[in-house]
Amino acid sequence: MMKHKKKEPLFRISKSGFVPLHKAWAIRIGALLLALVVCAFIIYSIIKLNPLKVYGTMFQGAFGTNKRMWVTIRDTMMLLCIGLGLAPAFKMRFWNIGAEGQVLVGGIASAACMIYLRGKMSSTAVLPIMFVCSMLAGAIWGFIPGYFKAKYGTNETLFTLMMNYIAIQLTSYFVALWENPYGSNTVGVINSRDKFGWFPPIFGQMYGLNVIIVLVLVVFIYIYLNYTKQGFEISVVGDSENTAKYCGIDVKRVIIRTMIISGAICGIAGFLAVAGAGHTISVSTAGGRGFTTIIVAWMAKFNSFVMVLFSALLVFLEKGAMEIASRYQLSDYVSNMIIGIILFFILGSEFFINFKVRLRQRYAKDKSQ
Amino acid sequence: MRKEPYLEQNVAIRMVDITKRFADVVANNKINLEIRFGEILALLGENGSGKTTLMNMLSGIYMQDSGAIYVNGERITIKDPHDAYNLHIGMIHQHFKLVEVLTAAENIILGLNESRLINLKNVREQVKKICERYGFVVDPDKKVYDMSVSEKQTLEIVKVLYRGADILILDEPTAVLTPQETDKLFVVMRNMKADGKSIVIITHKLHEVMEISDRVAVLRKGEYIGDVPTSETDPQKLTNMMVGRSVTLNIDRPDPIDPKESLVVKNLGVKDINGVSKLENVSFTAYTGEILGIAGISGCGQKELLESIAGLHKLEPGSSIMFYPRGNKEEGEDLAGQSPIDIKHKGVHLAFVPEDRLGMGLVGNMNIPDNMMLKCYDQGKSPFTNQKKPRQQAIEIIRDLEVVTPGLRTPIRRLSGGNVQKILVGREIASDPYLLMTAYAVRGLDINTSYTIYRLLNEQKEKGTAVIYVGEDLDVLLELCDRILVLCSGRVSGIVDGRTAKKEEVGLLMTHFKEETA
Ligand SMILES: Nc1ncnc2c1ncn2[C@@H]1O[C@H](COP(=O)(O)OP(=O)(O)OP(=O)(O)O)[C@@H](O)[C@H]1O
Ligand SMILES: [Mg+2]
Repeated sequence: MMKHKKKEPLFRISKSGFVPLHKAWAIRIGALLLALVVCAFIIYSIIKLNPLKVYGTMFQGAFGTNKRMWVTIRDTMMLLCIGLGLAPAFKMRFWNIGAEGQVLVGGIASAACMIYLRGKMSSTAVLPIMFVCSMLAGAIWGFIPGYFKAKYGTNETLFTLMMNYIAIQLTSYFVALWENPYGSNTVGVINSRDKFGWFPPIFGQMYGLNVIIVLVLVVFIYIYLNYTKQGFEISVVGDSENTAKYCGIDVKRVIIRTMIISGAICGIAGFLAVAGAGHTISVSTAGGRGFTTIIVAWMAKFNSFVMVLFSALLVFLEKGAMEIASRYQLSDYVSNMIIGIILFFILGSEFFINFKVRLRQRYAKDKSQ
Repeated sequence: MRKEPYLEQNVAIRMVDITKRFADVVANNKINLEIRFGEILALLGENGSGKTTLMNMLSGIYMQDSGAIYVNGERITIKDPHDAYNLHIGMIHQHFKLVEVLTAAENIILGLNESRLINLKNVREQVKKICERYGFVVDPDKKVYDMSVSEKQTLEIVKVLYRGADILILDEPTAVLTPQETDKLFVVMRNMKADGKSIVIITHKLHEVMEISDRVAVLRKGEYIGDVPTSETDPQKLTNMMVGRSVTLNIDRPDPIDPKESLVVKNLGVKDINGVSKLENVSFTAYTGEILGIAGISGCGQKELLESIAGLHKLEPGSSIMFYPRGNKEEGEDLAGQSPIDIKHKGVHLAFVPEDRLGMGLVGNMNIPDNMMLKCYDQGKSPFTNQKKPRQQAIEIIRDLEVVTPGLRTPIRRLSGGNVQKILVGREIASDPYLLMTAYAVRGLDINTSYTIYRLLNEQKEKGTAVIYVGEDLDVLLELCDRILVLCSGRVSGIVDGRTAKKEEVGLLMTHFKEETA
């Protein structure tokens, strides 16, 4: 019997119940501060720099000048927009990893409008047309895997991933078609002279329209997922298809409809990338954001307002890291390490919010009994 | 061995001041329980009173927050199921933990890491020995997916015994068994007890407690109420102990008022995906204002019958399901070939409590109001959901059916089995149905709640609803139902009057066809 006398484990992990909001945020902010402290230690001991100065440089990189600040905002909006597109699909447990392709086809549609409609109408009139075309292109790219999943039960992860490659090839084709100047193998800045199909400045801000469009989408997706019948259907299908059938939800229709919406919003992101930011199209227009946003959507648990914070954080880290890498002539690895540590702590904080960890207690009553 | 104050002659396990919390819920509050050698102890308590939680601490699923466990007088820590095995404690959970694609023998040795090489032949020998000793029937080479529920349960018990368990904990083992299977289980349990093993059985069926146990321990709302020798108590006293006040235990059966044909099923046939016939030529009529019971051994078509009416199965050609709302002949609808969506949009007012609660009737990750919303979310033209009504309904159901829950926002998968069922039944009844179908509505429910459900069904009946009640307890079927349809292998073997039929007669119909219907 003695062999069973094992010690109680040093610590025990159990699920915590409902954590009040202020406590959850205190844990998150605590994690962020802790991450900064750990990074400071590493910066100081390995690269022998003043950590405060490094942080200051990061901040400079993201918000140092008015222009930088707006670029940071623009990129945040872009990331956020794609995240908003993924949220409905992920909530339905439909693993749409094809945002990259959906963004690209949206971008192609926008670029095509800019090129072919030039001179046929005013720049203000073409923007809504571009918006709709990009949305439609993205919607088609979302519809195809959705349809096959609903009708034939194909695996959506593989399907959407492969749709990305098709979109990339398609983009290469159009880049070749629209090549300018000839032989450069790029499209170059489209309509750089008359800015036809470019976002007009709003309140004097070049990227004002990006912000407006995406913030409207934030509110739209929040309401859509939480307060509409369709949003409710998405939750039910995501949780249990059997239950969905039992309560009379047309599962196939919901899958297809949701993927159309998901693709359409990613298509809008393509519109932002082309008309509102780069004014060109290339295979790197989406630039891997279709995958980065998966983190955003998950960390925010599909709450679109929280997604704003996480996309801002990711973009801030990216800009800051770039800046310290160039300012101090560090290799990318160091700046990536700092990003890694900060993300690690923030993701880790979710663990401490969802679980309680208790240290081993002494048998207090052992003697008394 | 160190001398401990709790080394007593006849106590196998002693739990002292055990407390276990889940977030804000105190599932067990300072519980003191002893399990003696060679006894069958029944653990009784209402839904959510903490029985499963308490036993899970012995089997290593959970660890207590405070309190101590003594096995054979020695204070021990059980931090995982492996520790429990080493202490010769084995638990058979309500949801089996078997690997479907493996055989019985393979399942038995799975997870044992005493030696790398396991001789399957020896295992078979030993399994055979265990079976002979206690009277089990297990085919060591049968794959689990070919097994019936009762066979799986037997296998779970053999598995635990093979690993040398001296203390067996059975969590609601009879909830999924037919009366015949239960009798078989009890024979085995008595044999194990005669062999000196201690058994703890959790069950909500009081007649089983009276029949099998030596001693009864009662929990109420996480507190230990006390224990009594079975010979000195009776179902009424036990119920009062569980509930904390006296309750009456009888089922009303008001006479049907003005029964009219409400559901006329003719030649219903259903095949499963492999083309095996599940229902054949089923014809019957359900009337308004009556409870039609459906009896049968498990898996002989009850599930398919209800699901077909709800539009969840493809029917064989020639099947017809005519539905007359409130018995109104003019508004007849043929439900055959309609999908659940069609049926819903026709305004048929069909309520269905399926057997699989969390897999079909409810969404485990959603809270109570959202689960209420499942049924009514698409009412009205607005694109937005109405959040007020389901919330109100949730509050009413929690109040009327005494659902134990930490709050409205708790996902229902965190609730105890009985409370989940209350929510489902409550929601279906609240939809004011014309036809109410329930499959094993009281499975896993405590006695008090079961009677609440019977009362609710009777209320529906008196309102003129046609009620179809699929049940497994023949005594209840005979007390509650106006008529009982007996299914045998997917066919109707008889329809008897609930007021005059004898239990034996129904039991016979469940396994044999009458001469004239065969
Ligand atoms: N994993 C868990 N997380 C949160 N709460 C839990 C968990 N398991 C149980 N509870 C809560 O603890 C209480 C006791 O639950 P338990 O399952 O032990 O009840 P029970 O007596 O077995 O009930 P039943 O007869 O319905 O099976 C319930 O209020 C339940 O909601
Ligand atoms: Mg239980």
